[in-house]
Amino acid sequence: MMHRFLPRPPGGGLARSLPAVLSVVGAFVIWEAYVHLSGISALILPAPSRVLNQMAMNRAILWDNTIPTVKATLAGFSLSLTVAFVLSIVLDFMPRMRRALFPIFVVSQTLPLVAIAPLVVLWFGFDLMPKVLLVALVTFFPMLVALVDGYAATDPEIEGLLYSMGASRRTVFRTARLPSAMPYFFAGLRISITYAVVAAIFAEYVGARSGLGIVILNAKNSFRPDLVLAAVVIISTLTLALFAITALLKRVVLRWRYHGDGQ
Amino acid sequence: MRALDIQDVGITLGHTRVLDDISLYVGQGEFVSILGPSGAGKSTIFRILTGALHQDRGTITCNGRPLDQDTRNFAFMPQRDALLPWRRIMDNLTLGLEVQGMAREQARALVLPLLADFGLNGFDQHYPAQLSGGMRQRAALLRTIVQARPVQLLDEPFGALDALTRTQMQTWFEERWLTKCWTTLLVTHDVREAVALSDRIYVLSARPASVIAEVAVPMARPRLKRPTCREAHTLEAHLLDILLNQTGD
Repeated sequence: MMHRFLPRPPGGGLARSLPAVLSVVGAFVIWEAYVHLSGISALILPAPSRVLNQMAMNRAILWDNTIPTVKATLAGFSLSLTVAFVLSIVLDFMPRMRRALFPIFVVSQTLPLVAIAPLVVLWFGFDLMPKVLLVALVTFFPMLVALVDGYAATDPEIEGLLYSMGASRRTVFRTARLPSAMPYFFAGLRISITYAVVAAIFAEYVGARSGLGIVILNAKNSFRPDLVLAAVVIISTLTLALFAITALLKRVVLRWRYHGDGQ
Repeated sequence: MRALDIQDVGITLGHTRVLDDISLYVGQGEFVSILGPSGAGKSTIFRILTGALHQDRGTITCNGRPLDQDTRNFAFMPQRDALLPWRRIMDNLTLGLEVQGMAREQARALVLPLLADFGLNGFDQHYPAQLSGGMRQRAALLRTIVQARPVQLLDEPFGALDALTRTQMQTWFEERWLTKCWTTLLVTHDVREAVALSDRIYVLSARPASVIAEVAVPMARPRLKRPTCREAHTLEAHLLDILLNQTGD
């Protein structure tokens, strides 16, 4: 007992991530080999090396189009994060509001993105706005549900204790319910963040002036699967980066979970 | 004057009469236990005292004054330690004081000199999960005591511990209690614990609970540091007999 930190498995980070690295590299090697051995046309299936090559050659265009996608993703995500937080607190203090509003939130999650995205573009135009809204629409529900469930999962004994100390509902929320919800919130955040970039791309795909969604659309229309895949690589990297940021944030906020043997 | 006086208190929750007619008191500096079968409503009494519930009938006074929302007379220690896992031990210990509106620094200054006596020296910057069960329980007790309320309410404070740790904690607690004489109301279903720690014991019936016996414990203290005397054994047997045969449980 009383370890200062979690014991790490032997070999550290590199040894642990080695299997994953090997399998990913292996998949690309097989892909590359298949393309060269089968002589398949680059118009059907480009080799990974060709995709990388195209990325380097078109880096200016790709970069210019990555910026708007990142903007839409971050703005949409910030919006949904704020709305989810504020709404979750409102719902926690007003149970009646929860009964009134929750069905609407659930229904909002049943709207097919394919159908709703063109409408949002129609209503809000080709600029940043519709993308931000779509990203927010797609990402906000998992975070809201996680927060609301997290508040509800507060240990009733801890709440009882705080009330016995004379705490107000607000103090109980701040000292017990909010921290209790944090593990849940990060679970929701992790789901949301993976949706965020995809939603931004899709919104662009439906109608935009620039962005990775537009790159994909144009590349597809001009039979350039190598450029489509180049955009895909960037999108994946973006999503992974956001994922890593949330993981880092989680370690900071939930640092009490990474201490000692109380897992 | 009685530190706590409960007169003819009854409560019905939903369609269940939980407390029928409870009358008991705790004198200044006295250690009183409520002993009863599980599910009798022992904890319900505490929930009324801490303000989570309100009795249907009967009166409760604390130091002669009726209970109301503003005066907090009790420091409550729940069954499990209820330490906040995301707060370091020090911040858990000052919780009650902070809720009362005391500045954090001032609260820490109050807690700091007590750490050693509660065996928590050097652990104030740990998280609860890093502590053993006994230490967590001592921390929960210190969090209760440091609030300096007139009456301490302990709800089966050692119930969640293993047998060995429980005995150690009870011995340790008796030692502390002898020097400080905190006015204490303990809820337990452990006959030995009640006999070892109390000045007086109330025995509750099964639901709807009423007081079916009041027993004074005359043995000299400290009781836990020496072998259990015959008197204590007789008393334990007597209480067990009441619990088994008269509570209908």
